[in-house]
Amino acid sequence: MLVLQSLRKIFNPNTPYEKVAIDRIDLEVKHGEFVTVIGSNGAGKTSLLNLIAGTLLPDEGRILIDGQDVTTVPEHRRAGYLGRIFQNPLMGTASSMTIEENLAMAELRGRRRGLAWGVTRRQREQYRNLLKPLDLGLETRLRDRVSLLSGGERQCLTLLMATLSLPKLLLLDEPTAALDPRTAEKVARLTDRIAREHHLTTIMVTHNMAQAIEMGDRMIMLHEGKIQFDIRGEEKRNLTVEAVVKRFGEKIVFEDETLLCAPVGGQRSN
Amino acid sequence: MNILLGIFQISLEQGLAYALVALGIVVSFRILAFPDLTVDGSFVLGGAVVARMIVLGYSPLAGVFLSVVLGFAAGCATGLLNTRLKINSLLAGILIMTILYSVNLRLMGRSNTPLINYTTLFTPFEETEARWLWVTLFFGAIAFGCKFLTDLFLHTQLGLAMRATGDNEQMIRTLGVNTDHITVLGLGISNAFVSLSGGLVAQHQGFADIGMGIGMIVAGLAAIIIGETLLRAKTVMRNTLAAIVGSFVYRLTITVGLWLGLAPTDLKMATGAMVILALGLPALKRGKEERFHLRGI
Repeated sequence: MLVLQSLRKIFNPNTPYEKVAIDRIDLEVKHGEFVTVIGSNGAGKTSLLNLIAGTLLPDEGRILIDGQDVTTVPEHRRAGYLGRIFQNPLMGTASSMTIEENLAMAELRGRRRGLAWGVTRRQREQYRNLLKPLDLGLETRLRDRVSLLSGGERQCLTLLMATLSLPKLLLLDEPTAALDPRTAEKVARLTDRIAREHHLTTIMVTHNMAQAIEMGDRMIMLHEGKIQFDIRGEEKRNLTVEAVVKRFGEKIVFEDETLLCAPVGGQRSN
Repeated sequence: MNILLGIFQISLEQGLAYALVALGIVVSFRILAFPDLTVDGSFVLGGAVVARMIVLGYSPLAGVFLSVVLGFAAGCATGLLNTRLKINSLLAGILIMTILYSVNLRLMGRSNTPLINYTTLFTPFEETEARWLWVTLFFGAIAFGCKFLTDLFLHTQLGLAMRATGDNEQMIRTLGVNTDHITVLGLGISNAFVSLSGGLVAQHQGFADIGMGIGMIVAGLAAIIIGETLLRAKTVMRNTLAAIVGSFVYRLTITVGLWLGLAPTDLKMATGAMVILALGLPALKRGKEERFHLRGI
Protein backbone atom coordinates (compact mmCIF):
# COMPACT_ATOMS: atom_id res chain seq x y z
CA MET A 1 0.00 0.00 0.00
CA LEU A 2 2.43 2.66 1.25
CA VAL A 3 6.13 2.22 0.64
CA LEU A 4 8.87 4.63 1.74
CA GLN A 5 12.31 3.98 0.29
CA SER A 6 15.34 5.49 2.05
CA LEU A 7 13.46 8.71 2.57
CA ARG A 8 15.52 11.68 3.73
CA LYS A 9 14.66 15.26 4.63
CA ILE A 10 17.10 17.91 5.81
CA PHE A 11 15.97 21.29 7.10
CA ASN A 12 18.22 24.34 6.51
CA PRO A 13 20.88 22.35 4.66
CA ASN A 14 24.42 23.76 4.62
CA THR A 15 23.78 26.19 7.43
CA PRO A 16 24.69 26.06 11.12
CA TYR A 17 21.02 25.19 11.75
CA GLU A 18 21.09 22.10 9.55
CA LYS A 19 18.86 19.37 10.93
CA VAL A 20 18.25 15.93 9.54
CA ALA A 21 14.52 15.52 10.20
CA ILE A 22 14.09 12.17 8.49
CA ASP A 23 17.19 10.03 8.07
CA ARG A 24 16.86 7.39 5.32
CA ILE A 25 13.68 5.75 6.51
CA ASP A 26 12.44 2.55 4.90
CA LEU A 27 8.88 1.57 5.69
CA GLU A 28 6.18 -0.59 4.19
CA VAL A 29 2.60 -0.32 5.38
CA LYS A 30 0.14 -2.97 4.31
CA HIS A 31 -3.39 -2.37 3.13
CA GLY A 32 -5.77 -1.81 6.05
CA GLU A 33 -2.98 -1.62 8.60
CA PHE A 34 -3.26 0.83 11.51
CA VAL A 35 0.16 2.13 12.46
CA THR A 36 0.82 4.32 15.48
CA VAL A 37 3.97 6.44 15.46
CA ILE A 38 5.54 7.58 18.68
CA GLY A 39 8.62 9.61 19.51
CA SER A 40 9.79 12.62 21.46
CA ASN A 41 9.72 16.20 20.25
CA GLY A 42 11.82 16.67 17.14
CA ALA A 43 11.95 12.95 16.43
CA GLY A 44 10.51 13.59 12.98
CA LYS A 45 6.94 12.37 13.48
CA THR A 46 5.19 15.32 11.90
CA SER A 47 7.85 15.63 9.19
CA LEU A 48 7.13 12.04 8.24
CA LEU A 49 3.42 12.78 7.82
CA ASN A 50 4.20 15.97 5.92
CA LEU A 51 6.40 14.03 3.51
CA ILE A 52 3.71 11.40 2.91
CA ALA A 53 1.08 14.10 2.40
CA GLY A 54 3.27 16.17 0.10
CA THR A 55 3.37 19.25 2.33
CA LEU A 56 7.13 18.70 2.32
CA LEU A 57 9.14 17.24 -0.53
CA PRO A 58 11.96 14.82 0.38
CA ASP A 59 15.61 15.48 -0.43
CA GLU A 60 16.25 11.83 -1.19
CA GLY A 61 14.26 8.65 -1.53
CA ARG A 62 10.92 7.63 -2.95
CA ILE A 63 7.30 7.42 -1.80
CA LEU A 64 4.98 4.90 -3.41
CA ILE A 65 1.26 4.59 -2.85
CA ASP A 66 -0.34 1.49 -4.34
CA GLY A 67 2.74 0.97 -6.45
CA GLN A 68 2.55 4.47 -7.91
CA ASP A 69 5.48 6.84 -7.40
CA VAL A 70 4.08 10.01 -5.80
CA THR A 71 7.39 11.46 -4.55
CA THR A 72 7.02 14.74 -6.46
CA VAL A 73 3.23 14.89 -6.80
CA PRO A 74 2.04 18.20 -5.28
CA GLU A 75 -0.03 18.19 -2.12
CA HIS A 76 -3.38 19.08 -3.69
CA ARG A 77 -3.03 16.24 -6.23
CA ARG A 78 -2.44 13.68 -3.49
CA ALA A 79 -5.67 14.71 -1.81
CA GLY A 80 -7.66 12.15 -3.78
CA TYR A 81 -6.19 9.33 -1.77
CA LEU A 82 -5.21 11.04 1.48
CA GLY A 83 -7.30 12.03 4.46
CA ARG A 84 -5.55 14.14 7.04
CA ILE A 85 -6.29 15.24 10.57
CA PHE A 86 -4.24 17.77 12.49
CA GLN A 87 -3.60 18.25 16.17
CA ASN A 88 -5.25 21.66 16.22
CA PRO A 89 -9.02 21.19 15.84
CA LEU A 90 -9.18 24.59 14.14
CA MET A 91 -7.06 23.38 11.24
CA GLY A 92 -9.37 20.73 9.87
CA THR A 93 -12.46 22.80 9.29
CA ALA A 94 -13.44 26.17 7.82
CA SER A 95 -14.88 27.98 10.82
CA SER A 96 -16.97 30.62 9.04
CA MET A 97 -18.78 27.94 7.04
CA THR A 98 -21.56 25.63 8.17
CA ILE A 99 -21.26 21.98 9.21
CA GLU A 100 -22.97 20.79 6.05
CA GLU A 101 -20.79 22.99 3.85
CA ASN A 102 -17.65 21.57 5.45
CA LEU A 103 -18.89 18.02 4.92
CA ALA A 104 -19.84 18.76 1.32
CA MET A 105 -16.37 20.15 0.59
CA ALA A 106 -14.79 17.02 2.05
CA GLU A 107 -17.03 14.76 0.02
CA LEU A 108 -15.50 16.22 -3.14
CA ARG A 109 -11.97 15.42 -1.99
CA GLY A 110 -9.66 15.27 -4.96
CA ARG A 111 -12.45 15.72 -7.48
CA ARG A 112 -13.24 18.60 -9.81
CA ARG A 113 -15.48 21.27 -8.37
CA GLY A 114 -17.96 22.88 -10.71
CA LEU A 115 -20.94 25.18 -10.61
CA ALA A 116 -23.30 22.52 -9.26
CA TRP A 117 -25.10 23.42 -6.04
CA GLY A 118 -22.75 23.02 -3.08
CA VAL A 119 -25.05 21.16 -0.66
CA THR A 120 -28.01 19.26 -2.10
CA ARG A 121 -31.02 17.96 -0.20
CA ARG A 122 -29.82 14.38 -0.70
CA GLN A 123 -26.44 15.23 0.84
CA ARG A 124 -28.10 16.97 3.79
CA GLU A 125 -30.10 13.83 4.52
CA GLN A 126 -26.97 11.69 4.23
CA TYR A 127 -25.01 13.95 6.60
CA ARG A 128 -27.79 13.82 9.16
CA ASN A 129 -27.54 10.03 9.26
CA LEU A 130 -23.77 10.24 9.36
CA LEU A 131 -23.70 12.61 12.33
CA LYS A 132 -26.36 10.88 14.40
CA PRO A 133 -24.19 8.01 15.73
CA LEU A 134 -21.73 10.57 17.13
CA ASP A 135 -24.30 11.42 19.82
CA LEU A 136 -23.23 15.04 19.82
CA GLY A 137 -26.50 16.45 18.51
CA LEU A 138 -24.70 17.79 15.45
CA GLU A 139 -27.34 16.29 13.15
CA THR A 140 -29.72 19.06 14.21
CA ARG A 141 -27.12 21.78 13.69
CA LEU A 142 -26.19 21.22 10.05
CA ARG A 143 -26.56 24.90 9.26
CA ASP A 144 -24.61 26.18 12.24
CA ARG A 145 -21.25 27.75 11.58
CA VAL A 146 -18.41 25.49 12.71
CA SER A 147 -16.98 28.31 14.85
CA LEU A 148 -19.88 27.64 17.23
CA LEU A 149 -18.66 24.09 17.94
CA SER A 150 -16.31 23.01 20.73
CA GLY A 151 -12.82 21.69 19.97
CA GLY A 152 -13.88 18.08 20.44
CA GLU A 153 -16.95 18.49 18.25
CA ARG A 154 -14.78 20.06 15.57
CA GLN A 155 -12.29 17.20 15.75
CA CYS A 156 -15.09 14.62 15.41
CA LEU A 157 -16.41 16.55 12.42
CA THR A 158 -12.91 16.60 10.93
CA LEU A 159 -12.69 12.82 11.33
CA LEU A 160 -15.98 12.33 9.53
CA MET A 161 -14.82 14.72 6.82
CA ALA A 162 -11.56 12.83 6.38
CA THR A 163 -13.38 9.55 5.90
CA LEU A 164 -16.38 10.77 3.92
CA SER A 165 -14.74 10.01 0.58
CA LEU A 166 -12.93 6.92 1.91
CA PRO A 167 -9.29 7.83 1.34
CA LYS A 168 -6.70 5.14 0.66
CA LEU A 169 -4.59 6.50 3.47
CA LEU A 170 -5.61 8.29 6.66
CA LEU A 171 -2.96 10.44 8.34
CA LEU A 172 -3.57 11.59 11.90
CA ASP A 173 -1.26 14.05 13.62
CA GLU A 174 -1.89 13.87 17.37
CA PRO A 175 -5.63 14.19 16.86
CA THR A 176 -6.44 14.16 20.58
CA ALA A 177 -3.56 16.20 21.98
CA ALA A 178 -5.49 19.45 22.23
CA LEU A 179 -8.61 17.94 23.81
CA ASP A 180 -9.67 17.29 27.39
CA PRO A 181 -9.30 13.62 28.48
CA ARG A 182 -12.95 12.66 28.05
CA THR A 183 -13.31 14.19 24.63
CA ALA A 184 -9.94 12.76 23.66
CA GLU A 185 -11.19 9.30 24.52
CA LYS A 186 -14.31 9.80 22.45
CA VAL A 187 -12.32 11.00 19.46
CA ALA A 188 -9.85 8.11 19.84
CA ARG A 189 -12.70 5.57 19.89
CA LEU A 190 -14.29 7.17 16.86
CA THR A 191 -10.95 7.07 15.03
CA ASP A 192 -10.57 3.41 15.84
CA ARG A 193 -14.12 2.57 14.80
CA ILE A 194 -13.93 4.43 11.51
CA ALA A 195 -10.54 2.99 10.59
CA ARG A 196 -11.72 -0.58 11.29
CA GLU A 197 -15.16 -0.23 9.73
CA HIS A 198 -13.77 0.99 6.43
CA HIS A 199 -10.47 -0.95 6.56
CA LEU A 200 -8.59 2.32 6.14
CA THR A 201 -4.83 2.22 6.06
CA THR A 202 -4.05 4.57 8.94
CA ILE A 203 -0.94 6.25 10.28
CA MET A 204 -1.42 8.02 13.58
CA VAL A 205 1.26 10.12 15.21
CA THR A 206 0.89 10.49 18.94
CA HIS A 207 2.74 11.83 21.92
CA ASN A 208 0.87 9.52 24.20
CA MET A 209 2.61 6.19 24.74
CA ALA A 210 -0.45 4.50 26.22
CA GLN A 211 -2.52 5.57 23.23
CA ALA A 212 0.10 4.31 20.81
CA ILE A 213 0.12 0.95 22.55
CA GLU A 214 -3.64 0.70 22.91
CA MET A 215 -4.59 1.63 19.38
CA GLY A 216 -3.68 0.13 16.04
CA ASP A 217 -1.95 -3.10 15.10
CA ARG A 218 1.57 -1.84 14.65
CA MET A 219 3.71 0.65 16.52
CA ILE A 220 6.75 2.51 15.28
CA MET A 221 9.08 4.53 17.41
CA LEU A 222 11.00 7.37 15.80
CA HIS A 223 14.13 8.85 17.25
CA GLU A 224 16.31 11.48 15.57
CA GLY A 225 14.72 10.78 12.22
CA LYS A 226 15.26 7.03 12.32
CA ILE A 227 12.93 4.14 13.11
CA GLN A 228 14.10 2.85 16.49
CA PHE A 229 11.74 -0.06 16.69
CA ASP A 230 8.78 -1.50 14.88
CA ILE A 231 6.44 -3.79 16.79
CA ARG A 232 3.49 -5.63 15.29
CA GLY A 233 1.26 -8.67 15.54
CA GLU A 234 1.12 -10.67 18.76
CA GLU A 235 3.94 -8.70 20.32
CA LYS A 236 2.07 -5.44 19.74
CA ARG A 237 -1.13 -6.78 21.27
CA ASN A 238 0.66 -7.78 24.48
CA LEU A 239 2.68 -4.61 24.74
CA THR A 240 2.65 -2.51 27.92
CA VAL A 241 4.19 0.86 28.67
CA GLU A 242 6.42 -0.82 31.24
CA ALA A 243 7.73 -3.32 28.76
CA VAL A 244 8.56 -0.62 26.26
CA VAL A 245 10.43 1.39 28.86
CA LYS A 246 12.28 -1.68 30.11
CA ARG A 247 13.32 -2.67 26.65
CA PHE A 248 14.22 0.68 25.22
CA GLY A 249 14.46 2.95 28.21
CA GLU A 250 18.25 2.77 28.43
CA LYS A 251 18.73 3.65 24.81
CA ILE A 252 16.16 6.39 24.55
CA VAL A 253 15.39 9.10 27.00
CA PHE A 254 11.62 9.36 27.10
CA GLU A 255 10.06 12.64 28.04
CA ASP A 256 8.08 12.54 31.25
CA GLU A 257 5.07 13.79 29.37
CA THR A 258 5.08 10.77 27.07
CA LEU A 259 5.07 8.37 29.99
CA LEU A 260 2.63 10.22 32.20
CA CYS A 261 -0.14 10.41 29.65
CA ALA A 262 -3.20 8.59 30.93
CA PRO A 263 -4.06 5.40 29.09
CA VAL A 264 -6.77 6.01 26.54
CA GLY A 265 -9.09 3.23 27.59
CA GLY A 266 -9.22 4.37 31.20
CA GLN A 267 -7.54 1.87 33.59
CA ARG A 268 -4.89 -0.32 32.14
CA SER A 269 -2.72 -2.40 34.37
CA ASN A 270 0.88 -1.55 33.74
CA MET B 1 -37.65 69.01 3.72
CA ASN B 2 -36.74 69.34 0.06
CA ILE B 3 -33.09 69.51 0.94
CA LEU B 4 -33.35 66.31 2.97
CA LEU B 5 -35.15 64.55 0.13
CA GLY B 6 -32.44 65.75 -2.23
CA ILE B 7 -29.73 64.44 0.06
CA PHE B 8 -31.50 61.09 0.25
CA GLN B 9 -31.92 60.91 -3.52
CA ILE B 10 -28.30 61.78 -4.28
CA SER B 11 -27.03 59.32 -1.68
CA LEU B 12 -29.17 56.45 -2.92
CA GLU B 13 -28.18 57.03 -6.53
CA GLN B 14 -24.48 57.35 -5.70
CA GLY B 15 -24.58 54.53 -3.19
CA LEU B 16 -26.02 52.09 -5.70
CA ALA B 17 -23.64 53.30 -8.43
CA TYR B 18 -20.61 52.59 -6.24
CA ALA B 19 -22.11 49.49 -4.57
CA LEU B 20 -20.31 47.22 -7.04
CA VAL B 21 -16.94 48.52 -5.80
CA ALA B 22 -17.91 47.48 -2.28
CA LEU B 23 -19.19 44.15 -3.61
CA GLY B 24 -15.85 43.56 -5.34
CA ILE B 25 -14.02 44.38 -2.12
CA VAL B 26 -16.23 41.91 -0.24
CA VAL B 27 -15.12 39.19 -2.65
CA SER B 28 -11.40 39.96 -2.34
CA PHE B 29 -11.07 41.12 1.28
CA ARG B 30 -13.81 39.12 2.95
CA ILE B 31 -14.31 35.95 0.97
CA LEU B 32 -10.70 35.39 -0.13
CA ALA B 33 -9.12 37.32 2.77
CA PHE B 34 -6.85 38.92 0.16
CA PRO B 35 -6.16 42.64 0.71
CA ASP B 36 -6.35 43.60 -2.95
CA LEU B 37 -5.33 47.16 -3.80
CA THR B 38 -5.84 46.77 -7.56
CA VAL B 39 -9.25 48.41 -7.12
CA ASP B 40 -8.04 52.03 -7.45
CA GLY B 41 -6.70 51.14 -10.89
CA SER B 42 -9.36 48.75 -12.15
CA PHE B 43 -12.13 51.26 -11.38
CA VAL B 44 -10.49 53.80 -13.71
CA LEU B 45 -9.80 51.00 -16.19
CA GLY B 46 -13.54 50.41 -16.54
CA GLY B 47 -14.18 54.11 -17.12
CA ALA B 48 -11.29 54.47 -19.56
CA VAL B 49 -12.31 51.45 -21.64
CA VAL B 50 -15.93 52.53 -21.88
CA ALA B 51 -14.95 56.13 -22.73
CA ARG B 52 -12.55 55.04 -25.45
CA MET B 53 -15.04 52.62 -26.97
CA ILE B 54 -17.81 55.21 -27.00
CA VAL B 55 -15.57 57.86 -28.53
CA LEU B 56 -14.50 55.33 -31.18
CA GLY B 57 -18.17 54.89 -32.06
CA TYR B 58 -18.85 51.47 -30.56
CA SER B 59 -22.07 50.85 -28.64
CA PRO B 60 -21.81 51.69 -24.94
CA LEU B 61 -22.92 48.13 -24.17
CA ALA B 62 -19.90 46.73 -26.00
CA GLY B 63 -17.73 49.12 -23.99
CA VAL B 64 -19.25 47.91 -20.72
CA PHE B 65 -18.71 44.30 -21.74
CA LEU B 66 -15.06 44.94 -22.59
CA SER B 67 -14.52 46.81 -19.33
CA VAL B 68 -15.78 43.78 -17.39
CA VAL B 69 -13.44 41.48 -19.32
CA LEU B 70 -10.40 43.73 -18.83
CA GLY B 71 -11.24 44.29 -15.16
CA PHE B 72 -11.29 40.52 -14.75
CA ALA B 73 -7.91 40.31 -16.45
CA ALA B 74 -6.45 43.00 -14.19
CA GLY B 75 -7.57 41.08 -11.10
CA CYS B 76 -6.11 37.86 -12.49
CA ALA B 77 -2.82 39.69 -13.07
CA THR B 78 -2.63 40.66 -9.40
CA GLY B 79 -3.50 37.09 -8.45
CA LEU B 80 -0.79 35.65 -10.68
CA LEU B 81 1.84 38.04 -9.29
CA ASN B 82 0.95 36.79 -5.84
CA THR B 83 0.54 33.06 -6.48
CA ARG B 84 3.05 32.42 -9.26
CA LEU B 85 5.76 34.99 -8.57
CA LYS B 86 5.18 34.88 -4.80
CA ILE B 87 4.96 38.66 -4.55
CA ASN B 88 3.34 39.90 -1.35
CA SER B 89 -0.40 40.43 -1.81
CA LEU B 90 -0.38 44.15 -0.97
CA LEU B 91 2.59 44.80 -3.23
CA ALA B 92 1.07 42.76 -6.08
CA GLY B 93 -2.04 44.95 -5.95
CA ILE B 94 -0.01 48.16 -5.81
CA LEU B 95 2.11 47.05 -8.78
CA ILE B 96 -0.90 46.32 -10.99
CA MET B 97 -2.60 49.52 -9.81
CA THR B 98 0.48 51.52 -10.82
CA ILE B 99 0.78 49.76 -14.15
CA LEU B 100 -2.92 50.40 -14.80
CA TYR B 101 -2.30 54.15 -14.39
CA SER B 102 -0.18 54.11 -17.55
CA VAL B 103 -2.53 51.67 -19.27
CA ASN B 104 -5.50 53.91 -18.56
CA LEU B 105 -3.70 57.00 -19.89
CA ARG B 106 -2.81 55.06 -23.03
CA LEU B 107 -6.41 53.88 -23.41
CA MET B 108 -7.84 57.38 -23.19
CA GLY B 109 -4.91 59.19 -24.79
CA ARG B 110 -5.34 61.95 -22.23
CA SER B 111 -6.24 62.34 -18.60
CA ASN B 112 -9.90 63.23 -19.09
CA THR B 113 -12.41 62.10 -21.72
CA PRO B 114 -15.76 63.94 -21.77
CA LEU B 115 -18.77 61.89 -22.88
CA ILE B 116 -21.36 64.66 -22.73
CA ASN B 117 -21.95 64.74 -26.48
CA TYR B 118 -22.09 60.99 -26.96
CA THR B 119 -24.85 58.46 -26.57
CA THR B 120 -24.38 56.45 -23.38
CA LEU B 121 -26.45 53.87 -21.52
CA PHE B 122 -27.95 56.80 -19.60
CA THR B 123 -29.04 58.86 -22.61
CA PRO B 124 -32.51 57.26 -22.76
CA PHE B 125 -33.10 58.24 -19.13
CA GLU B 126 -32.15 61.89 -19.72
CA GLU B 127 -35.31 62.54 -21.71
CA THR B 128 -37.73 61.01 -19.24
CA GLU B 129 -39.51 63.00 -16.55
CA ALA B 130 -38.51 60.75 -13.69
CA ARG B 131 -34.80 60.68 -14.55
CA TRP B 132 -33.66 60.07 -10.98
CA LEU B 133 -36.04 57.16 -10.52
CA TRP B 134 -34.92 55.38 -13.67
CA VAL B 135 -31.23 55.89 -13.04
CA THR B 136 -31.60 54.66 -9.48
CA LEU B 137 -33.62 51.65 -10.58
CA PHE B 138 -30.99 50.89 -13.22
CA PHE B 139 -28.11 51.02 -10.75
CA GLY B 140 -30.17 49.14 -8.18
CA ALA B 141 -31.01 46.36 -10.61
CA ILE B 142 -27.35 45.94 -11.52
CA ALA B 143 -26.13 46.05 -7.91
CA PHE B 144 -28.73 43.57 -6.64
CA GLY B 145 -28.37 41.41 -9.75
CA CYS B 146 -24.62 41.11 -9.15
CA LYS B 147 -25.20 40.50 -5.44
CA PHE B 148 -27.65 37.73 -6.27
CA LEU B 149 -25.28 36.08 -8.75
CA THR B 150 -22.43 36.31 -6.23
CA ASP B 151 -24.60 34.68 -3.54
CA LEU B 152 -25.50 31.86 -5.92
CA PHE B 153 -21.90 31.36 -6.98
CA LEU B 154 -20.61 31.27 -3.41
CA HIS B 155 -22.96 28.38 -2.66
CA THR B 156 -21.79 26.21 -5.55
CA GLN B 157 -19.05 23.61 -5.17
CA LEU B 158 -16.53 26.05 -6.60
CA GLY B 159 -17.87 28.86 -4.45
CA LEU B 160 -17.53 26.79 -1.29
CA ALA B 161 -13.92 26.11 -2.24
CA MET B 162 -13.38 29.86 -2.69
CA ARG B 163 -14.82 30.67 0.73
CA ALA B 164 -12.71 27.94 2.29
CA THR B 165 -9.60 29.37 0.59
CA GLY B 166 -10.14 32.58 2.51
CA ASP B 167 -11.07 30.79 5.71
CA ASN B 168 -8.64 27.86 5.97
CA GLU B 169 -6.33 27.56 3.01
CA GLN B 170 -4.36 24.59 4.36
CA MET B 171 -7.53 22.59 4.92
CA ILE B 172 -9.03 23.10 1.49
CA ARG B 173 -5.66 22.33 -0.12
CA THR B 174 -5.56 18.97 1.62
CA LEU B 175 -9.00 18.38 0.10
CA GLY B 176 -7.44 18.69 -3.34
CA VAL B 177 -8.20 22.27 -4.30
CA ASN B 178 -5.52 24.30 -6.03
CA THR B 179 -5.94 27.47 -3.99
CA ASP B 180 -3.72 29.42 -6.39
CA HIS B 181 -6.27 29.03 -9.17
CA ILE B 182 -9.09 29.93 -6.82
CA THR B 183 -7.29 33.09 -5.69
CA VAL B 184 -6.70 34.20 -9.29
CA LEU B 185 -10.34 33.52 -10.20
CA GLY B 186 -11.67 35.34 -7.12
CA LEU B 187 -9.55 38.44 -7.73
CA GLY B 188 -10.70 38.39 -11.35
CA ILE B 189 -14.36 38.39 -10.31
CA SER B 190 -13.73 41.10 -7.73
CA ASN B 191 -12.07 43.45 -10.20
CA ALA B 192 -14.62 42.69 -12.90
CA PHE B 193 -17.26 44.14 -10.54
CA VAL B 194 -15.10 47.17 -9.79
CA SER B 195 -14.37 47.78 -13.46
CA LEU B 196 -18.07 47.44 -14.33
CA SER B 197 -18.83 50.05 -11.70
CA GLY B 198 -16.17 52.37 -13.17
CA GLY B 199 -17.60 51.95 -16.66
CA LEU B 200 -21.13 52.80 -15.51
CA VAL B 201 -20.09 55.70 -13.28
CA ALA B 202 -18.09 57.30 -16.12
CA GLN B 203 -21.16 57.24 -18.37
CA HIS B 204 -23.38 58.50 -15.60
CA GLN B 205 -21.17 61.45 -14.66
CA GLY B 206 -20.44 62.19 -18.31
CA PHE B 207 -16.65 61.74 -18.31
CA ALA B 208 -13.84 59.35 -17.50
CA ASP B 209 -10.96 60.80 -15.53
CA ILE B 210 -7.57 59.36 -14.61
CA GLY B 211 -8.13 60.48 -11.01
CA MET B 212 -11.58 58.99 -10.56
CA GLY B 213 -10.26 55.88 -8.78
CA ILE B 214 -8.16 57.54 -6.11
CA GLY B 215 -9.31 56.47 -2.67
CA MET B 216 -11.76 53.92 -4.07
CA ILE B 217 -10.48 51.14 -1.80
CA VAL B 218 -10.76 53.20 1.36
CA ALA B 219 -14.25 54.33 0.38
CA GLY B 220 -15.26 50.76 -0.40
CA LEU B 221 -13.81 49.52 2.89
CA ALA B 222 -15.68 52.24 4.75
CA ALA B 223 -18.86 51.10 3.02
CA ILE B 224 -18.49 47.43 3.93
CA ILE B 225 -17.46 48.18 7.51
CA ILE B 226 -20.53 50.36 7.93
CA GLY B 227 -22.76 47.78 6.26
CA GLU B 228 -21.43 44.85 8.24
CA THR B 229 -21.77 46.71 11.52
CA LEU B 230 -25.36 47.67 10.74
CA LEU B 231 -26.36 44.21 9.53
CA ARG B 232 -24.17 42.16 11.91
CA ALA B 233 -23.14 40.31 8.79
CA LYS B 234 -21.82 36.79 9.34
CA THR B 235 -23.25 34.94 6.36
CA VAL B 236 -22.43 35.35 2.70
CA MET B 237 -25.79 36.80 1.79
CA ARG B 238 -25.56 39.36 4.56
CA ASN B 239 -21.99 40.21 3.57
CA THR B 240 -23.01 41.04 0.04
CA LEU B 241 -26.10 42.89 1.22
CA ALA B 242 -23.87 44.80 3.62
CA ALA B 243 -21.83 46.02 0.65
CA ILE B 244 -24.90 47.63 -0.92
CA VAL B 245 -26.46 48.97 2.26
CA GLY B 246 -23.09 50.20 3.50
CA SER B 247 -22.36 51.90 0.21
CA PHE B 248 -25.63 53.84 0.53
CA VAL B 249 -25.09 54.79 4.17
CA TYR B 250 -21.51 55.86 3.42
CA ARG B 251 -22.69 58.17 0.62
CA LEU B 252 -25.41 59.47 2.89
CA THR B 253 -22.84 60.32 5.55
CA ILE B 254 -20.68 62.09 3.00
CA THR B 255 -23.54 64.02 1.43
CA VAL B 256 -24.73 65.16 4.83
CA GLY B 257 -21.15 66.08 5.72
CA LEU B 258 -20.79 68.18 2.57
CA TRP B 259 -24.12 69.83 3.25
CA LEU B 260 -23.00 70.70 6.76
CA GLY B 261 -19.89 72.38 5.37
CA LEU B 262 -17.25 69.67 5.03
CA ALA B 263 -14.83 70.80 2.31
CA PRO B 264 -14.87 68.41 -0.66
CA THR B 265 -11.07 68.39 -0.58
CA ASP B 266 -11.17 66.98 2.96
CA LEU B 267 -13.44 64.13 1.96
CA LYS B 268 -10.77 61.46 1.63
CA MET B 269 -9.20 62.50 4.93
CA ALA B 270 -12.57 62.15 6.64
CA THR B 271 -13.14 58.76 5.02
CA GLY B 272 -9.70 57.56 6.05
CA ALA B 273 -10.28 58.71 9.61
CA MET B 274 -13.61 56.87 9.59
CA VAL B 275 -11.97 53.60 8.52
CA ILE B 276 -9.15 53.98 11.06
CA LEU B 277 -11.69 54.56 13.81
CA ALA B 278 -13.81 51.58 12.79
CA LEU B 279 -10.81 49.26 12.55
CA GLY B 280 -9.01 50.62 15.58
CA LEU B 281 -11.77 50.96 18.14
CA PRO B 282 -12.25 47.24 18.84
CA ALA B 283 -8.49 46.88 19.38
CA LEU B 284 -8.49 49.73 21.84
CA LYS B 285 -11.58 48.54 23.67
CA ARG B 286 -10.53 44.96 24.16
CA GLY B 287 -7.26 43.27 23.37
CA LYS B 288 -8.28 40.03 21.75
CA GLU B 289 -11.93 40.48 20.88
CA GLU B 290 -12.93 38.45 17.86
CA ARG B 291 -12.84 40.96 15.06
CA PHE B 292 -15.04 39.01 12.70
CA HIS B 293 -15.32 41.79 10.19
CA LEU B 294 -11.59 42.30 9.83
CA ARG B 295 -10.78 39.34 7.64
CA GLY B 296 -8.47 40.42 4.87
CA ILE B 297 -7.55 43.73 6.44
